[in-house]
Amino acid sequence: MTRLAELVLRRARERTGPGTMDATATDRQRWQPRWLRPTVAGLWCEPGRFYIDPTRPVDRAVITHGHADHARPGHRSTLATAETAAIMRARYGDDAGPVESLGYNVPLSLGDVVVRLVPAGHILGSAQVAIEYRGCRVVVSGDYKRRPDPTCAGFEVVPCDVFITEATFGLPVFRHPPDSHEVERLLQSLRLFPERCHLVGAYALGKCQRLIMLLRRAGYDRTIWLHGALVNLCNVYARAGVQLGPIGTVSGGARRALAGEIVLCPPSALADRWARAFPDPVTAMASGWMGIRQRVRQRGVELPLVISDHADWDELTATLDDVGAPGVLVTHGREEALVHYAASRGYRASALSVAGFEDEDD
Amino acid sequence: MRAFAELLEGLTFAPQRNAKLRLMDRYFRQRPDPDRGYGLAALTGDLAFTGAKPALIRELVATRVDPILFALSYDFVGDLAETAALIWPGGSPSASPPSLAAVVETLSGAGRKDVPAFVEGWLDGLDASARYALLKLITGGLRVGVSARLAKTAAAGFGGVPLAEVEELWHGLKPPYLDLFAWLEGRKPRPETRSAIGFRPLMLANPLDEDELDRLDPSAYACEWKWDGIRVQIAAGNGEARLFSRTGDDIGASFPDILADVDFAAVLDGELLVAREREIAPFNDLQQRLGRKAVTRAMMTRYPAHVRLYDILLDGDEDLRGLPLSERRRRLERWYDAHRPGRMDLSPLLEFADWARLAALRASSRAAGIEGLMLKQWRSPYLAGRPKGPWFKWKRAPLTADCVLMYAQRGHGKRSSFYSDYTFGCWRNGGDDATADELVPVGKAYSGFTDAELVELDRWVRRNTVDNFGPVRVVAPALVLEIAFDAVQVSTRHKSGVAMRFPRVHRIRWDKPAAEADRLEALRALIESAATGGEKLASGR
Ligand SMILES: [Zn+2]
Ligand SMILES: [Zn+2]
Repeated sequence: MTRLAELVLRRARERTGPGTMDATATDRQRWQPRWLRPTVAGLWCEPGRFYIDPTRPVDRAVITHGHADHARPGHRSTLATAETAAIMRARYGDDAGPVESLGYNVPLSLGDVVVRLVPAGHILGSAQVAIEYRGCRVVVSGDYKRRPDPTCAGFEVVPCDVFITEATFGLPVFRHPPDSHEVERLLQSLRLFPERCHLVGAYALGKCQRLIMLLRRAGYDRTIWLHGALVNLCNVYARAGVQLGPIGTVSGGARRALAGEIVLCPPSALADRWARAFPDPVTAMASGWMGIRQRVRQRGVELPLVISDHADWDELTATLDDVGAPGVLVTHGREEALVHYAASRGYRASALSVAGFEDEDD
Repeated sequence: MRAFAELLEGLTFAPQRNAKLRLMDRYFRQRPDPDRGYGLAALTGDLAFTGAKPALIRELVATRVDPILFALSYDFVGDLAETAALIWPGGSPSASPPSLAAVVETLSGAGRKDVPAFVEGWLDGLDASARYALLKLITGGLRVGVSARLAKTAAAGFGGVPLAEVEELWHGLKPPYLDLFAWLEGRKPRPETRSAIGFRPLMLANPLDEDELDRLDPSAYACEWKWDGIRVQIAAGNGEARLFSRTGDDIGASFPDILADVDFAAVLDGELLVAREREIAPFNDLQQRLGRKAVTRAMMTRYPAHVRLYDILLDGDEDLRGLPLSERRRRLERWYDAHRPGRMDLSPLLEFADWARLAALRASSRAAGIEGLMLKQWRSPYLAGRPKGPWFKWKRAPLTADCVLMYAQRGHGKRSSFYSDYTFGCWRNGGDDATADELVPVGKAYSGFTDAELVELDRWVRRNTVDNFGPVRVVAPALVLEIAFDAVQVSTRHKSGVAMRFPRVHRIRWDKPAAEADRLEALRALIESAATGGEKLASGR
């Protein structure tokens, strides 16, 4: 942290006392659910005897969505939406273990609690977990976004007592532009450089399929070419009824013929040897991080597309008000700013550190 | 402002020159006057505003944003204008955001205390990308990786005219360049320039192909030393004076000591150097003076600037460029005798009867300040650009050293998937345990190898990586690169205490054991200075 930031924060803490920045120990005991708490294996629901998105193999796991830092293989039993179950099977095969699927908004008793999976709008099958125990409702948001996504069900607001929110883009500098605007920039670049292949890095699960659908909605009906690593999950989406249109797989010698075409690949492949054989590619990347110039440079990206599957700052803060939970726990990202904001708006807010999550490439 | 912001963003991230040219061309085609002219001026550095400082950005943001949220954000983003642009709580950009022209014209007419209110209003009407462009524009830090010359190249390309014509006109023109664009679009004749102090595009030399020497007649060529400074043009008349770099950038502000000596009317071509008592200092000394907006008296005393003249383009109003070099040289000598400016002298002509004598001179030219030889055809007129034939540069043979590859990083653009940036080192005694040798980095090279060699080097790096630091791969000390370079200089910024000039990979020594690479002491022995250079490099007159 810079000296300036430290100074400002220290002054603020001195001025307002510790309560606004972070809950004191006694305060925390009063409003935070003691029956749902972080452990080394993940968020543990004691009366329900399950973990949410556990980081190591457990007896019973409830999985919010298929991203690798949330859905890990090897649990004795797993509860997830049918779509998440399909994603896990496609990724892990038999290692996924037995997955029991639960439809959206179907209440299920687990131990002494009632659990509901609610659409989170993040990727296909993604869910919030709403847990009710002795008249108290806690909602774990998982990863989410609020803007419409043609590949998955939209986020649903569940009023609750405590809202545990993600904060991947939990700083007010993250305000993602409309998707259509970013897709139009990609199409404009294709018009300006029709002889160059447009190589777009996109996270294999969610971003890739959404980007394809956004292109289709913008009227792009040519074949969209895929790196081999993206094919498997696109098939899962297609089976779930997401109509991706004409798709081709990039193979060996054909790359030279892809001038003027759109090729999607995992972000890591952009700087890989794989990227070499393309004709004079425009390197693009679709990610919420692309709003920050330093990140764009680090990646060596020529055409940054700010398209994210996570809520931006405006979505995060609006969601706090929509959900209206008096208690807010912030996790999965840049917690400090959102805790500060929530506290300044009169919520009881605190950071909740759960092990094992990484910044996703989206 | 929106289109300008898109242009800047495209230019910032496009690694290739061609892509940048295409982006600028599209901008000139799509934007109306006077917007495109102001856009061009912003890229060439011909717009300057007063009253818009980074402090203004801080103050404006403080009125709108919670200080803690701002501090956390600034800490994450790392750039003030970018943080402010992103965090500015503009709800919805207005349907008619201000144009670039409106911003430029309003600001240049605004009083200092009115500026904040204007900027605040614009920030409210723009989206994040345009807010960023606005803030960078008014605080004067575009940094989009486009030189003034590249922007002029794009303008010339847009109109299908030679760059030299645009450059020659340039200093008689003012933003938003309505006449220029009218001419480029064929709607009006070429603008008249009567400015005595305009830049005249330079005549450049081609590298000499030594095999061709036998076909050239020695008596047809003048020969001078090739000075290791920077090429400049002094343009003066009507009580004004300008100092231009080779690309037409006005660098006079960095060299007031040179301009103080200019009280004549002429356009002169020469080499800018640091010289003490007419003795040329290493290039490193000149570097201390380059790129400074303001220069202190102490700097000027410590690194006195000097121009060594070799050509005259205009004498008063008389254009001499059509005359042969032999005649221009006579005119230059006559002019010099009449004026004798304190910080200038003439580049001497070297006597030689045949190419063998010249080759010997070149081989002996190891002194600082000399890069090799220049050959200029006596009958050549002064032609803009790099015509094939009349002028040659014959650089002295490069020095070489065998170094060990230490670190590799990925390149940019087409090379972004290749480990193409190499840091290499030489051996020296390792501090505490004097019996063990250690490698110390002595330079970085990005060029000199073929595409095929790059593929092999990349493969070698991937197979021999022993550690990673972020994007940097540390490789086993096992590959010897023969590095060619022009000179070695003392450097306090490098751990090794030396810095190479223009290092490049000369050969990959797959065969050579790393232990047999050169030692740092060998490089140190190549450090040169005027004092030990042997030849006294004063003007012959
Ligand atoms: Zn996720
Ligand atoms: Zn996540």
